[in-house]
Amino acid sequence: MPNATLSEIDAFLERNARSTLLRFSTAGSVDDGKSTLIGRLLHDSKNVYEDHLRALQAVPTEGADSNELPLALLTDGLKAEREQGITIDVAYRYFSTPKRHFILADTPGHEQYTRNMATGCSTANLTILLIDAEHGVITQTKRHAFIASLLGVPRLLITVNKMDLVDYSQSVFNRIKEDFLGFAGKLGIRELRFIPVSALRGENVVTSSGLMPWYKGETVMEYLENVYVAGDTNMVDFRFPVQYVIRPNPNYRGYAGQIAAGAIRVGEEVMVLPSLRKSRIKSIDTRRAGSERSQVEEAFAPMSVAITLEDEIDVGRGDMLVRTHNVPRIQSQFEAMLVWMSDVPMDPDKPYLIRHTSRESKIFIDAINYKVDVNTLHRTTGTPLQLNEIGRVGLTAAKPLMLDSYRKNRATGNFILIDTATFHTVGAGMILDSLPQELLPLGQGATELMEQGRVSTNIHPEEGAITKEARESQAGFRAVTLWFTGLSGSGKSTIAKGLERKIFTEGRPIYRLDGDNLRFGLNRDLGFSRKDRSENIRRAAETARLFNQAGISVICSFISPFKADRDRAREIIGADSFIEVHIDSPIEVCESRDPHGLYSKARAGEISEFTGISSPYEAPLNPEVSVRTDQHSVEESVNIIYVYLQKSTSL
Amino acid sequence: MLAGKQTLSHLEQREAESIHILREVAAQFERPVILYSVGKDSSVLVRLAQKAFHPGGIPFPLLHVDTSYKFKEMYEFRDQFVNEIGAKLIVYRNEKALAENANPHDLGTRRCCDLLKTQGLLDALKEGNFDAAIGGARRDEEKSRAKERVFSFRDKFGQWDPRNQRPELWGLYNGHINPGESIRVFPLSNWTELDIWTYIHVEKIPVVPLYLSKKRRMVVRGDQLIPVQDATSLQSGEEGQDVVCRFRTLGCTHCTGAVKSTADTIPGIVQEMMVVRTSERATRIIDHDAEGSMETKKREGYF
Repeated sequence: MPNATLSEIDAFLERNARSTLLRFSTAGSVDDGKSTLIGRLLHDSKNVYEDHLRALQAVPTEGADSNELPLALLTDGLKAEREQGITIDVAYRYFSTPKRHFILADTPGHEQYTRNMATGCSTANLTILLIDAEHGVITQTKRHAFIASLLGVPRLLITVNKMDLVDYSQSVFNRIKEDFLGFAGKLGIRELRFIPVSALRGENVVTSSGLMPWYKGETVMEYLENVYVAGDTNMVDFRFPVQYVIRPNPNYRGYAGQIAAGAIRVGEEVMVLPSLRKSRIKSIDTRRAGSERSQVEEAFAPMSVAITLEDEIDVGRGDMLVRTHNVPRIQSQFEAMLVWMSDVPMDPDKPYLIRHTSRESKIFIDAINYKVDVNTLHRTTGTPLQLNEIGRVGLTAAKPLMLDSYRKNRATGNFILIDTATFHTVGAGMILDSLPQELLPLGQGATELMEQGRVSTNIHPEEGAITKEARESQAGFRAVTLWFTGLSGSGKSTIAKGLERKIFTEGRPIYRLDGDNLRFGLNRDLGFSRKDRSENIRRAAETARLFNQAGISVICSFISPFKADRDRAREIIGADSFIEVHIDSPIEVCESRDPHGLYSKARAGEISEFTGISSPYEAPLNPEVSVRTDQHSVEESVNIIYVYLQKSTSL
Repeated sequence: MLAGKQTLSHLEQREAESIHILREVAAQFERPVILYSVGKDSSVLVRLAQKAFHPGGIPFPLLHVDTSYKFKEMYEFRDQFVNEIGAKLIVYRNEKALAENANPHDLGTRRCCDLLKTQGLLDALKEGNFDAAIGGARRDEEKSRAKERVFSFRDKFGQWDPRNQRPELWGLYNGHINPGESIRVFPLSNWTELDIWTYIHVEKIPVVPLYLSKKRRMVVRGDQLIPVQDATSLQSGEEGQDVVCRFRTLGCTHCTGAVKSTADTIPGIVQEMMVVRTSERATRIIDHDAEGSMETKKREGYF
């Protein structure tokens, strides 16, 4: 608009400010002409700057048609990549037309593909998938479609490229379309579109092709400009993860965050999770672009706002505001699809950090149910994930999380895993429904069952409960867990019984848990595999935590040979209430005692995975108390622990 | 497509995302700082920070890494602007290099920039013990920035390794660092030059008057239009002339070229942008030093 009047420019600015945004990603390798397609989109929609174009013309190209600009170079970024002739990371491009603004995540096609494509797809409203008309649907096509569906991209635009090399043949296009539909039906992608193009020649990219009169549909750009995506955001389930508390003065306490889903109005009742306290929305503070007002009556996703509540209740980062009758699952155990993003393989024995909305917790990967081979889409056995591998996993977090399935809510169903030492982002996860779909009985209303699953797992701690502190103060003793670890035959049970009696006499409420009494009841479904042993310990820790909550101290007597399991027990029970006691004795001494004849059986090979013989014992590095039972008598050992308990837990 | 009821326009979405990022910084870091360059992107960044923490103040100081070779108008604007919004401003100059007479004439633009900007920035961050530095860089500015993360990891030496960046998915930003490491944060990553001007227009954000056209004393050098500040600006055989022009980006006087333009209002600038088809960094001399020069500078710690 070289000669536009000022009022025309104002009108343009007004319209420009109000136009919508489309985020999309591309998938396909250099050979499919992906970079050429993007270059063509930018070039033909006049989104390439002249100096960039000049730089392009200066690039020497080998064997290329001199009339065809190396459009692919417009999107090839870093020096190292240009030298290698490949792109290795996600590159973002920005362009706009008079109708819409676009953010393109361009993802490369080589080794680190899954990781990069997952990144690009995570925020995309649609993915453009390229198929080379000469090659048709190949393994890579399926892999790309699967990753896009895994990341919940609502729509795929399949561009059948290089139509110029197949004489713009309608039958070639139709065959590829049928092939793709035959395979993609299983993926459950909401919307599929097919467009025949020649990116190199610019056919059907921005302008319609005269060479394919049989194709009556939109060009790629027309589709991008007009596709409706406002429905992609979940506008039903209000979810507001609290990011930060704004407290400029004692009279103002604003909970700042970006609305992840749904909408809310001033005056509506909300519940704070996980505390379950209720209040009403007092104000919604935000100033929308160009507006003079600093408050709104209603706010919706994805607005960034600050919310104040009618009541003074404790709310902080990591909490979530929801409607009282529409709450997510509050759980610490769940299943997810996980993409591994680190060069260092997954280690199921160590804790990771999870970032889920604004909430963080330590988390363990309990189970790898299966892996998905991205090339065949077959399931393989669950071994720890390596870089670019995808698997279905079970996880247990140290804190309860407010969970929605990714299928229902992309914004609150996602998470990342972070290494606790290097702090690298190592995994990206998508939360699954509480009941695995494949386990639901066929023929029954799956959704209904799913809802029941939600309800039964959605257990809310009672409000106004008597606190642990109140119970402790009434009893006059703090409630703690003494966690005994040591080899079989080291004297754990004997010392535990002696100590229990001594503490009981003193008047402190005390109970003793050991492997045998739990395995007869609560844990009778568990065996002695690594996984079952972990679960045995986890349940014991949960049980001890309940006793502690009730004001009763616990002595837990378990071999608990693995440090990771004991660390998790410490997480569950709470570091303040957890006292690790190493009942220490050389294995020769234990073996000579052999109260149940287990060592001789293990030596004879009758028992496999026996701690100290055929399975390792990881001694505690820094226990609160350690007693050497080959050097101290039972009575002395009891006394050492008793004195520590007295000193460390006086009220 | 225009935004309807219960949908946000692209500009509102960009605004909401940037505010989210700024709040993440406040929540995840102990000592963040905003790198304030006095330019238009900095002005937008500061406005977004005001919104993010309203009705509270901006919970981080502004840091201006000053080379001492900026335009007079920039210093005036900076002091007035910071005073008006009531923010805390830290000005850092590499005094050691300046005392040794670091200047673009003797050292060349590349070396001068290394000392006064790159080294100055690293020293300032170290001195302030800042664990997060928020900058106004955008991915659309330059090729090597297209792959930049919103939370960009820097090692103990402030250096950027493109192969050692964390995957960034959804709106989840991982700001965990070990002692000595730091994060550069780019809340405007997803904004374009046009978005910046549109936002400045609708939000009525003040900018340095150098962005607007008027008659200025300039020297024509190759493709570039360089301001004549004093006698040292001219090389032998060159002569100053009056040119109606404006600046698309603001850097140091020796290294920032102007463009011929009659755009003397913000809508006028936007109108011009619809016609002028060169990228804004085309007027920055350092980008042309060598193929891939921006990437090399970034590895060393330049923004």
